[in-house]
Amino acid sequence: MYDILIVGAGPAGLTAAIYARRASKSVLVLEALTYGGQIVNTLEIENYPAEPHISGFDFATKLYNQAKELGAEVRFERVTEIRKESSDADASHFGVITAKSEYEAKTVIIATGSANRKLGISGEEALIGRGISYCATCDGAFYRGKTVAVVGGGNTALEDALYLSDVAGKVYLIHRRDEFRGEEIAAAGLKEKANVEFILNSVVTELKEDGGKLVSVTVADAKSIAAGEPTGLREIPVDGLFVAVGRIPSNQSFAGLIETDEAGYIKAGENCKTNVSGIFVAGDNRTKEVRQLVTAASDGAIAATAAINFLNR
Amino acid sequence: MAVITVNKDNFENEVIKSEKKVLADFNAAWCGPCRMLGPIIDELANENDSVKFVSINIDENPELAAQYGVASIPCLVLFDGGNEVKRSVGLIPKDEIESLIG
Repeated sequence: MYDILIVGAGPAGLTAAIYARRASKSVLVLEALTYGGQIVNTLEIENYPAEPHISGFDFATKLYNQAKELGAEVRFERVTEIRKESSDADASHFGVITAKSEYEAKTVIIATGSANRKLGISGEEALIGRGISYCATCDGAFYRGKTVAVVGGGNTALEDALYLSDVAGKVYLIHRRDEFRGEEIAAAGLKEKANVEFILNSVVTELKEDGGKLVSVTVADAKSIAAGEPTGLREIPVDGLFVAVGRIPSNQSFAGLIETDEAGYIKAGENCKTNVSGIFVAGDNRTKEVRQLVTAASDGAIAATAAINFLNR
Repeated sequence: MAVITVNKDNFENEVIKSEKKVLADFNAAWCGPCRMLGPIIDELANENDSVKFVSINIDENPELAAQYGVASIPCLVLFDGGNEVKRSVGLIPKDEIESLIG
């Protein structure tokens, strides 16, 4: 029986592991993929205090090694279910089920983060890696001098378009509204780029391929789609489509046990406490305003401290 | 066996003419997910003698990336008898790579 079982080895989960180990609690971290979470996709982190320039890979590796050095146990197994084994608050006990095994813990911290939201249109899945990408900094280099489109209207979409405008020959930015949710400064920077064309009030309705590669996207007027009668159809030849339409919290496995909001984020305030006594949540999969590396780390510290206090009560 | 670094000069011998199945890991130094995948591939290479594991840097070998239509990395391509038989794009856990080569 572990004192604290952490689901997810991203910045939130590993920070929680550090705090828990420094309080001499036994810790198991279960991770479905590899350590680091989505930060490993970031080429360079420039907004983390006292680390003006560090790659996402280096950050993740340093954090992982720090948690391991402090004695955190990390296993690479996907958690499929959490069971509450005891309803007695004084004998808090959870069963954590993975594809390979089953573990017991007195407290659980869920730090599973989020995954890329897909467009959800026909052919998308088959064209991933053959024209469709969810990571501009990872795959932009394949489109040097070529024509690409970015779909989305948040910061990620704006940053992706800006990054790609320096690499690709032509960048279309497709957004379903006529204004952007992202930072003003990024949108303003894009408007100055001669090779960036805005396609606003539009949604992607169709992907066309030739020989297994993406060759064009078709857009339609966003309002007409909502009305059920697509108008303003326009086929745009592209070599690549970068999808940046937000993220989905990875909480599906816990939906039965823990309360989430309509979008699937686990409901918890800044104290990281969920509706289940003994279960805490940390990082991007929690309901919150600011989802950043530094707030993920902060959540990790808060959730671990809450779990430690719960154990010591 | 260790992972073999492959370029356009030894691709024919190491991949196309290989007696064993070959898992080709297309990657780049600047690609974070590729760097996460690297140690997993190393581990698998040491554990499996029935499959040959090769690493292809797409910056140094853009023609190989283009030839196989690699447009996202990390990209794992499984070759059998010189032909592509399976492909996986993105960072995946060890057990999924095992079922890819299995």
